[in-house]
Amino acid sequence: MDKKKEGGKGSDKTKLNTPLLDELEKGPWPSFVTDLKQWSEQKPQVAQLLNQLEDSYENRWNYWTGTVLNVTGYGGGIIARLSDKAEEYPDLAEFHTIRILPPAGFVYSTERLRNLTEICERHGAGILQLHGLTGDILALGFDNKGSRAASEELMANGWDLGGSGAALRSLQCCVGQARCEMACFDTMKTTRFLTNHYISFLHRPEFMYKFKIKVSGCGNDCANAMISSDMPIMGTWRGPMQVDQARVAEFIDESGVEYLIDNVITRCPTRCISLKGKELVVDNDDCVRCMHCINVMHKALKPGKERGVTICLGAKRTLKIGDTMSSVIVPFMPLETEEDFEKLTDLIDRIWEFWNDNAMDHERIGEFISRVGLGTFVEGIGLEPDPRMVRETRTSPFIKFEELAPGRLEGEQKQEPAVWQREPESRE
Amino acid sequence: MSTKLAPRDQGVPDHTELLHPGMAKNYGKWDYHERIRPGVLRYVAENGDSVYTVRAGSPRTMSPNTIEKICDIADRFCQGFLRFSMRTNVEFTVDKEELVAPLIEAIKTELGFPVGGTGPSISNISHTQGWLHCNLPGTDAAGTVKALMDDLIDEFENERFPNRVKITTSCCQINCGRHADIGIVVQHHHPPRIDYDNMQICDLPKVVAICPVAAIRPKVVGGTPSVEVVDEKCMYCGACHGQCPSMEIRDADTDTLSIWVGGKGANTRGGPSLMKLAVWGLPNNPPRWPEVSDAVRKILDAYKEGGKDWERVGEWIERIGWQRFFEKTGFTFTKYHIEDGPNAMWTYNRSTQVRI
Repeated sequence: MDKKKEGGKGSDKTKLNTPLLDELEKGPWPSFVTDLKQWSEQKPQVAQLLNQLEDSYENRWNYWTGTVLNVTGYGGGIIARLSDKAEEYPDLAEFHTIRILPPAGFVYSTERLRNLTEICERHGAGILQLHGLTGDILALGFDNKGSRAASEELMANGWDLGGSGAALRSLQCCVGQARCEMACFDTMKTTRFLTNHYISFLHRPEFMYKFKIKVSGCGNDCANAMISSDMPIMGTWRGPMQVDQARVAEFIDESGVEYLIDNVITRCPTRCISLKGKELVVDNDDCVRCMHCINVMHKALKPGKERGVTICLGAKRTLKIGDTMSSVIVPFMPLETEEDFEKLTDLIDRIWEFWNDNAMDHERIGEFISRVGLGTFVEGIGLEPDPRMVRETRTSPFIKFEELAPGRLEGEQKQEPAVWQREPESRE
Repeated sequence: MSTKLAPRDQGVPDHTELLHPGMAKNYGKWDYHERIRPGVLRYVAENGDSVYTVRAGSPRTMSPNTIEKICDIADRFCQGFLRFSMRTNVEFTVDKEELVAPLIEAIKTELGFPVGGTGPSISNISHTQGWLHCNLPGTDAAGTVKALMDDLIDEFENERFPNRVKITTSCCQINCGRHADIGIVVQHHHPPRIDYDNMQICDLPKVVAICPVAAIRPKVVGGTPSVEVVDEKCMYCGACHGQCPSMEIRDADTDTLSIWVGGKGANTRGGPSLMKLAVWGLPNNPPRWPEVSDAVRKILDAYKEGGKDWERVGEWIERIGWQRFFEKTGFTFTKYHIEDGPNAMWTYNRSTQVRI
């Protein structure tokens, strides 16, 4: 203990020796190597980190082992790492990451950001990543003691830990109504509401596997929800989109009618836009809210006035059954009033219950839906099947029609009690 | 350790207190936006108010020194507020147009960050943890990104593509980097190497269950419960390695990188799409991975030349066909480009529609 000082690491300065990493100091893009090298003058463990990274570059090999470390009362939030080269780099023996919940939409005041940085710097290596693909603030470089001390102090300062393991993960959203005219609902409010409402599920892994919710204000999906979250909540609208014909005429004057034909009318996926003179006519029945025309002509065209969300389920990357994409579960629901939010949490509760009761270990919800079938899943969570949930109806003719086979099913001899419920001796 | 604990389960900080005043004032009341130059967006509210957001590319991994410089700039220009984008850009918002030029100057000279990443440009690369701090990586992340962005910085600072280009990198086949217009992913080429002396640290039933192709079977080795891997079935995905560190999937000598194209999350036009294999077998070549940069550049050049306005990389390829994609990029189409997964037949050309 005498070797290490309170809150800091290693009294001896480690000499940097990083010829390969130094190559990454060249070039115009800002270099994390340069930044960390300078920082290592104040934090000797950062020099050791760079030296170990240099070893990785030289040997194309990794020297971190994962382990488990918990903060009292929490089942996740610390990504614990032990160095395989702790003899060489003693300050990396324990070198953990703390996941911290960022404000919704990644907005900060400098006062809060400095507060966060100062705490992380005092208890650890002080390296921050803004942000991880998990949606968290990642703070790197804490030993066991520092992880706990930093967590306590972060929490005393109004921060909270992020999700890890088989839990609800930290939610992410786009900038939404704070700055974007296309946002069809309040993404930041929704993100904060859901995070705080389900905070226990985020901190205490009790699911079959991870569950990610991402929130995008419109179909443009700046939060990358559709291809990288179990549950995308996507802004949309009901009824006609808004067309400002004066601005349409302005657009034509500025960009030309050919540009409008090539880039708006022919790019509409359902060909629901036509041009009459300088007037844009939208067949709203066919509009699928893809956002393309609005992106091109965002002054003249806007989402409709009656706004809400489409809720999807099921995206994840490739392990184990191959890539899955999200598909529609709720085609439209408003998300403004308290009752709307209650309906949303009620839906999420039912989804989680059915999934966790029936899924296998390590089975994400997309894999689960793929295994049991969307029809079974929708019934399981108490929703009516809706043609907007599918791209097309089935092609396979092998179907168990419950309505058409009742006689046979009822005529079967009842097994009471069911075989699996009997005591072992009565099976003989 | 003190027995008094800080409050638990507080959740996320209140964002309404962390918004730039110009954003807070017109929350939900925006009319339109325009890009007044690459990296600078002007948002106009219904009441005519404007805010200007300058987007700067960050290296994501930052020391307190750098954070302090960011905060200092935000204090001087942005009334003490800032935001980070999904692709790890820093966004500085000001409410007066005359602040934009000095703000950009400060970002470039004090922080050394480039300004751009808006509209039809290449935004910052979403990336993973890599050798810096992950327990499973086959390559680095931040370093690959730094090397690539050095090469592509012109395309970050300009808006010269048909549509936006999102790039991701991933350091193992789990692909935390996710789908993108261009994705760079490590590939392993051998079954896991089992460390029989350390299999007791793994939950064996879970190890058996996690294999997507049922290649792992229980087996007693030297009197101890363990597993065996059926080499013919194994597809080197590394699912078992994530579950059990004693089943090493990586190989420093043989791991390679591959490049995938055409992923997209946006629902625009044809909707979201997954990325598909373009190039395989590139060397994992630190510190600058030049072969990867070259291949990415070839794809981008062909896309820039051939893509029509608003077409993303995947949509461009869909229009011109994969045959032309390989012609224009100079890559070779091989049998490995043909899908053999469960949905394979849906990816074949099931028509006589052929460019001859």
